[in-house]
Amino acid sequence: MLDFRLDEEQKMLSDTIHRFAEERVRKVFRHADEDGKIPADVIKAGWEIGVLPSFIPETYGGFGEPSAVTAAIAYEQFAYGDLAAALNILAPSAVAMAVLRAGTEAQKEAHLPLFCEDKLPKIAAALTEPSILYDPFDLKTTATPDGDEVILHGVKSVVPLADQADTFLVYVNEGGRTQAYFIPAGTPGLTIGERDKLMGIRALPTFKLHLDNVSVPAENRLGGADGINFSTLLNYSRVAMGALAVGMARAGYEYARDYAKQRVQFGEPIAHRQSIAFMLAEMAIDIDGARMMVWEAAWMLDQGQEATQAVTVMKHYVDEMVMTVADRALQTLGGYGYIREYPVELWFRNARGFATFDGLASA
Amino acid sequence: MINFEIPARIKQELMMVEMVANQVMRPRSRYLDEHEHERPTEFINMMWPAVKEQNRRQIERLKQNGAAAKEKSGPSTALLRLILLIEQMSWGDAGQYLCVPGGGLGGAAVEAVGTPEQKIRFLSRFAEGDEPSWGAMAITEPDAGSDNSSMRTTAVLDPETNEWIINGEKIFITSGTLSLKESNGFCVVWATVDPKAGRGGIKSFIVEANTPGVTVSPGLEKLGIRASDTVILTFEDVRVPYDNLLGSAEVREQTGKAGFAGAMKTFDASRPAVAASAMGIARAALEFVKEKLAEEGITVDYTKPTHKMTAFERELVMMEGLYKSAWLLTLKSVAAMTHGEGNRLEASMSKAHAGMVVTKISQKAVELLGPLGYSRELLAEKFMRDAKINDIYEGTRQINLLIVARAILGYSRKELK
Repeated sequence: MLDFRLDEEQKMLSDTIHRFAEERVRKVFRHADEDGKIPADVIKAGWEIGVLPSFIPETYGGFGEPSAVTAAIAYEQFAYGDLAAALNILAPSAVAMAVLRAGTEAQKEAHLPLFCEDKLPKIAAALTEPSILYDPFDLKTTATPDGDEVILHGVKSVVPLADQADTFLVYVNEGGRTQAYFIPAGTPGLTIGERDKLMGIRALPTFKLHLDNVSVPAENRLGGADGINFSTLLNYSRVAMGALAVGMARAGYEYARDYAKQRVQFGEPIAHRQSIAFMLAEMAIDIDGARMMVWEAAWMLDQGQEATQAVTVMKHYVDEMVMTVADRALQTLGGYGYIREYPVELWFRNARGFATFDGLASA
Repeated sequence: MINFEIPARIKQELMMVEMVANQVMRPRSRYLDEHEHERPTEFINMMWPAVKEQNRRQIERLKQNGAAAKEKSGPSTALLRLILLIEQMSWGDAGQYLCVPGGGLGGAAVEAVGTPEQKIRFLSRFAEGDEPSWGAMAITEPDAGSDNSSMRTTAVLDPETNEWIINGEKIFITSGTLSLKESNGFCVVWATVDPKAGRGGIKSFIVEANTPGVTVSPGLEKLGIRASDTVILTFEDVRVPYDNLLGSAEVREQTGKAGFAGAMKTFDASRPAVAASAMGIARAALEFVKEKLAEEGITVDYTKPTHKMTAFERELVMMEGLYKSAWLLTLKSVAAMTHGEGNRLEASMSKAHAGMVVTKISQKAVELLGPLGYSRELLAEKFMRDAKINDIYEGTRQINLLIVARAILGYSRKELK
């Protein structure tokens, strides 16, 4: 039966992360963007909320079952705090959920317990590539069999926290199919490039990853001999990114709404004018609609339904929504929106990223 | 618990309506569009037995349980069912859908504010008889559209006969002829008992079919939904019994905002209903354009990155996104009501968004089909003309945005005009 109310556990989780966002993240995020890093204690506190272990079954050291809907609810709140902080805290999810959903039993046993510890696991996923023609279903980075080994070659980009990682999960083109391989840091031929210089999410260190004929055992393939159904994994990841976009859009919208109520021009708050009030109303509607689309896609995935169409349509809508909302938030603040002392220009820069962010988190 | 599942019982009913849409409505779409004031008789006759049966059960329940029934019952799927049926009928033909027999908006108003006695007295006609009947709702006046609180239609009590005397003019009345001249129906007429009291003086009255003093104009000539009966009603010393004033004695005697609250309460259900009708047309247009493109070998590959998509694919994905966002907002506004929660904000959100979305999608559909889209040989151009009314009636997009804006800002109508 149709119902869009959170259950008690989801409400509690949502409230907890919202509090974390308000009390910890919002205190530091503006400075973190200038600084290029988020204070370690904030990341640690976010990790300790334990969202990821709550999706990992007890057998593997966690204390729950995966739910894309619950993940969407939680991730929205993280991004409401700050997108870079959210991506930092949730970066391990991109690997953990892929292993949980597509890994062999041995891979699950080997990797999943790492995601249930107190410290952030040092493992990073690498999907996107630095090309205008980037296509997750037709990657330029290749995998070529070589006896019991596989030779990996190419360049990946926007790999979060690559400088600290001891393992990478790298997505490659293997005979026309997208597959993924575990590569330990320090494997010959694998080098971490310079830190990316991005327009937004500047508090999150991301890097290029160069693979120069890197040789790894064939058994390092995620999913073993059968490999993975990449399309499904990408759907889960896109639900996560959609939820993050909704959270960040909401941050921008609420800030603009509150600003418009206290900014006085012509002797009264600018929110008394329909030109401002209607922008805010449309922002609220767009965000609500986008959230429903994220939830529906997540729910379909949780039900085991084929969701590629729903996910793609959602992604296109949400990517545009978050940019439009951020733009209107900035417009509401006028000149102050353009000043870095205020957070709106940060959301504006972050927003455009959703069109290119791929595989940075998973639901 | 978040759940997008539609109950199986309703799904089954929807399949029946889809059959009616395909076999009865669509074959008559073009003809009725080009013969504006003819009635969709096949559709009406097809629907009447089902409508009657549904209403009969509702009246039964009313008679058995009396007043307390509504307060006690838990989640009710009635509105959800209605919304989904409206979507499916509008997918078939939005103009014909509006001629569906039964209480319509007038019936909804009785449902929302009527006493149990009034419900049985006025709604029983939609549950019996060989001939269909209709209900209508008259709020808008020539000079009082969005600003409906400035209406000038008056109701004056004649203490000698204990009757209300109604005078005034109402415009854009859906099913006005069907309810007052062509069946044993009624129209809910909004009028002020105290012009100086503003909103507080406005009450709603039942005017039954064939009441002396009511003039029904010839059908208005419209851009779309031409199968729908839209008229101007003139009331000249129209006398109705005292008890035709809708609501409990308490509501009747209340002044201040309470009197007007009835109309507003009706909107909580009627706005999602309009959103649903809009989404029926949007889905029809979207499916139509995808079908026609598929005949040319053009389909959407949802796994392509943006840079590999054709212009067609990008447009279609954009249209589907708009469609989905509006449809899910519509369901959200209904779900809130189903679970006994207030939905005024959600109702206006879905109505504002769905009106915009169906306007855009139907216009895109005509554009994408090129010369065929613009041709009256196909239905795309009709969808575009039918669509636009959803951006206007039951509160224009702008009025609904105003309601949303006031709600999210916590503003009164004085602070945000």
